[in-house]
Amino acid sequence: MQDEPTPTELIKAVADFLRNEITPEIKGHNAFKLRVGINALDLVTRQLALEQGSDAAEAARLKALLSADGSVIELNRALSEKIAEGEVDLQTPGLSEHLWQTTMDKLAVDQPNYASYKRELGNK
Amino acid sequence: MIEDQLGRCVASWYKGATGVTGAAKLSGGASQETWTFDIVHPSGTVGAILRRAPPGYGASPGRAAGLDAEATLMQLAHDAGLPSPRVMHVLTAADELGTGFIMQRIEGETIARKILRDEQFAKARPILARQLGRVISGIHSLPAAKLPKLREMSATKEIADLEREYRSFGWPRPVFELALRWLRARDPGPSKEVTLVHGDFRHGNLIIGPDGVRAVLDWELAHLGDPMEDLGWICVNSWRFGEIDKPVGGFGSREELFAGYEEAGRKADPDRVMFWEVMGTLRWGIMCCGMMQRFRKGPDHSMERAMIGRRASETEIDLLRLLAPREK
Repeated sequence: MQDEPTPTELIKAVADFLRNEITPEIKGHNAFKLRVGINALDLVTRQLALEQGSDAAEAARLKALLSADGSVIELNRALSEKIAEGEVDLQTPGLSEHLWQTTMDKLAVDQPNYASYKRELGNK
Repeated sequence: MIEDQLGRCVASWYKGATGVTGAAKLSGGASQETWTFDIVHPSGTVGAILRRAPPGYGASPGRAAGLDAEATLMQLAHDAGLPSPRVMHVLTAADELGTGFIMQRIEGETIARKILRDEQFAKARPILARQLGRVISGIHSLPAAKLPKLREMSATKEIADLEREYRSFGWPRPVFELALRWLRARDPGPSKEVTLVHGDFRHGNLIIGPDGVRAVLDWELAHLGDPMEDLGWICVNSWRFGEIDKPVGGFGSREELFAGYEEAGRKADPDRVMFWEVMGTLRWGIMCCGMMQRFRKGPDHSMERAMIGRRASETEIDLLRLLAPREK
């Protein structure tokens, strides 16, 4: 067992230091790069918080859709093949809902400020 | 050092020029660079831009039209009265600057967030979509006989290219599969009209002033094909920068874009534009994945590239909004 603090706590502490102490001191192109770097750290903390739950739910939906078993990436490969071959499409019960939920879960980690995502959060 | 080379080059074709100052690299990968500089002349300095492949980088990558073709296209657009910089000089071997060209520098803004939010563009925003419709119409009407040699694209070829690239990543994306399937089912086949297509007509490649559009830049992806491609590309949600209810670049409506297009003598086909908007959304998504690949394989191991990989999901939600909209 690894000791405390957790990866999330460590990354948050670094991100907050960069945001609050370093950002005001940096100008020009490096200020842009610093912002990208802080965004990356924030993304990692969101993923650490959300990934387990969303992956488990995604795998459960995929197993039901495909009547198959496997890891979440294997199941995604299987679904991709079925869509490519036309065996599964938007008429297939559950596909649209599955893709929407999976995509919303990705955006919650990748870009929670993306305007399309915020609009869709309000829609459902 | 580049100022000395530029100074010698400029002196050979610009009468009275005594040298250049203020040379600064604006952007550049390994094979292509953009420089800004001022030509010194007794009657005042003249702003100029150098776009070049440095010596040793002759061939342009896969899809690129090539710098000579870019220069020809910009000059054709300029001569047709379209907002395009005047090409001042095409580099020759004697210049020892590589291949490329020097053009007039046009002042203005290319950064979308500023164009969409800053007060100085408040009067430009409501007129831009219609203006750009007229401009792209003019580009599509440039005389075929005068065009340089360009690759010819069709929807069918574009779908195949995108699919090949997506498959090469080896990472499953059911939403991209759905989009590929949707596109193939609606492939309009060879376009009845084949014209010059700019290929990257969007924020970043448009110089905007308080008075509206001042120049169209970056003809690197120019090709022959379905003119509706350009109209679809500028409507892709990724170029709206948050203003998602204004499909044209976050500043205007499709209707305004089409009205401008028709004012300049061409006809827009809204269904085909929508088809190309879906294609463009998928294309940007696949480009994001491609940047992640280049990050992973080097040589550009930058966190910017890595983070662009995480923007592919933005195009997935936009594709779902287009292909499988939910009940409101």
